[in-house]
Amino acid sequence: MIEIKGIHKRYGNVPVLEGIDLQVKSGEVVCLIGPSGSGKSTLLRCINGLESYDQGDVLISNERVDRNARSIHDIRSRVAMVFQRFNLFPHRTALENVMEGPIYVKKENPQAARRNAEALMEKVGLSRRMNAYPDELSGGQQQRVAIARALAMNPQAILFDEPTSALDPELVGEVLAVMRNLANEGMTMIVVTHEMAFARDVADKVCFLHSGKIVESGPAGEVLSTPTHPRTQDFLRRLLNHSAEVQA
Amino acid sequence: MFFQNALDFLPILLKGAAVTLQVTAGSFVLSSLIGLVLALMMVSKVRAIALFAISVVNVIRGLPIIVQLFYIYFVLPEFGIQLTAMQAGIIGLGIAYSAYQAENFRAGIQAIQQGQIEAAESLGMRGAMVMRRVVLPQAFRIALPPYGNTLVMMLKDSSLVSTITVAEMTRAGQLIASSTFENMTVYTLVALLYLAMSLPLSFALRRLEARFSTRRTS
Repeated sequence: MIEIKGIHKRYGNVPVLEGIDLQVKSGEVVCLIGPSGSGKSTLLRCINGLESYDQGDVLISNERVDRNARSIHDIRSRVAMVFQRFNLFPHRTALENVMEGPIYVKKENPQAARRNAEALMEKVGLSRRMNAYPDELSGGQQQRVAIARALAMNPQAILFDEPTSALDPELVGEVLAVMRNLANEGMTMIVVTHEMAFARDVADKVCFLHSGKIVESGPAGEVLSTPTHPRTQDFLRRLLNHSAEVQA
Repeated sequence: MFFQNALDFLPILLKGAAVTLQVTAGSFVLSSLIGLVLALMMVSKVRAIALFAISVVNVIRGLPIIVQLFYIYFVLPEFGIQLTAMQAGIIGLGIAYSAYQAENFRAGIQAIQQGQIEAAESLGMRGAMVMRRVVLPQAFRIALPPYGNTLVMMLKDSSLVSTITVAEMTRAGQLIASSTFENMTVYTLVALLYLAMSLPLSFALRRLEARFSTRRTS
């Protein structure tokens, strides 16, 4: 459903993506992991045209993603995104955030959009906070509203850009739980994350990025338990040491 | 003595105050509209449009307001554009202040975090809708304090239109003072009447700001 073929991107003289190939089938969960600066967030942002790319193709249901083409708005309405810093609209309530896209982009009937938004708020466990403004919600709650806002577009896929990285540790679990449910329901998801346990349990495929290339990819169990590339081994060892330190 | 004179002068000054409020309201609306258009042009991705708007703002800001008023009232008739003093006053003050309004709005728009725009875009919104639904409502909240400040300044600077014969409050005061020589009584009254308008306005604006400040922006 999502096909990435040999995309390259550079900022000035600095290459960020150097020939990325990736295929995501409908219903698949793909986790992108790797050190910061490896290009994983940039890759994700190329998929819905928040970033341009210099070479190659990103295809969504065989339609090419081009951030300067007219088709981009339509593509974005079908591929939702969840951001590291939530990016909820602060001047609207949680429920209004969720209704915004359906009413103003998809021109849905406001009553129907409201009912659907209420159901989605319930689904992410926030039926009691529907009328709260974002600054009245915790980070975890805000991110769950952001997921509901993404779901409200009834998207073909959702892109997650480090959805738990800005959260206090005790709030990470509630967001991951919602994401696990989505994965179980068959939502197509591409997730940039440092949550290795989540990747191991939920992902169908894990891609390890380094310096703008996917240096290793495969089933989650294989890549995370028995990595073959030295960069992957090194990265996972550091991450493991770090979490051991945190626990100690 | 003071009070007797004051009672005599007050009706005339109040009539002037009504004109002051009309000039202020008219030029405030006009300056807001022109200012908003200029601000949107200034943040345009098309460089030529942005540069044009920035030049307009700089030219307007670089001219004394009185000179702009004189130009509109005394010079435009030579090009066949005849305006009443009131029209010229509102248009002149409106244009003069549009430059400051544009700067207020531009600062508000540019204070909006990129993440807000990306969130709107990733819902599939087009540029104009991103502006209308996400950027401007937040920019307005940010711009509210300087915007209110500008309104108070315009209330006071509406006295400048007295120079092109609009009979607003300062002009009414001048006329009374020059015929009665009761300078102290007249100008004390004028000053008190300006305060009677500007202080409640400042207070109301403060309350409006407080209402919006809790959930301003991300």
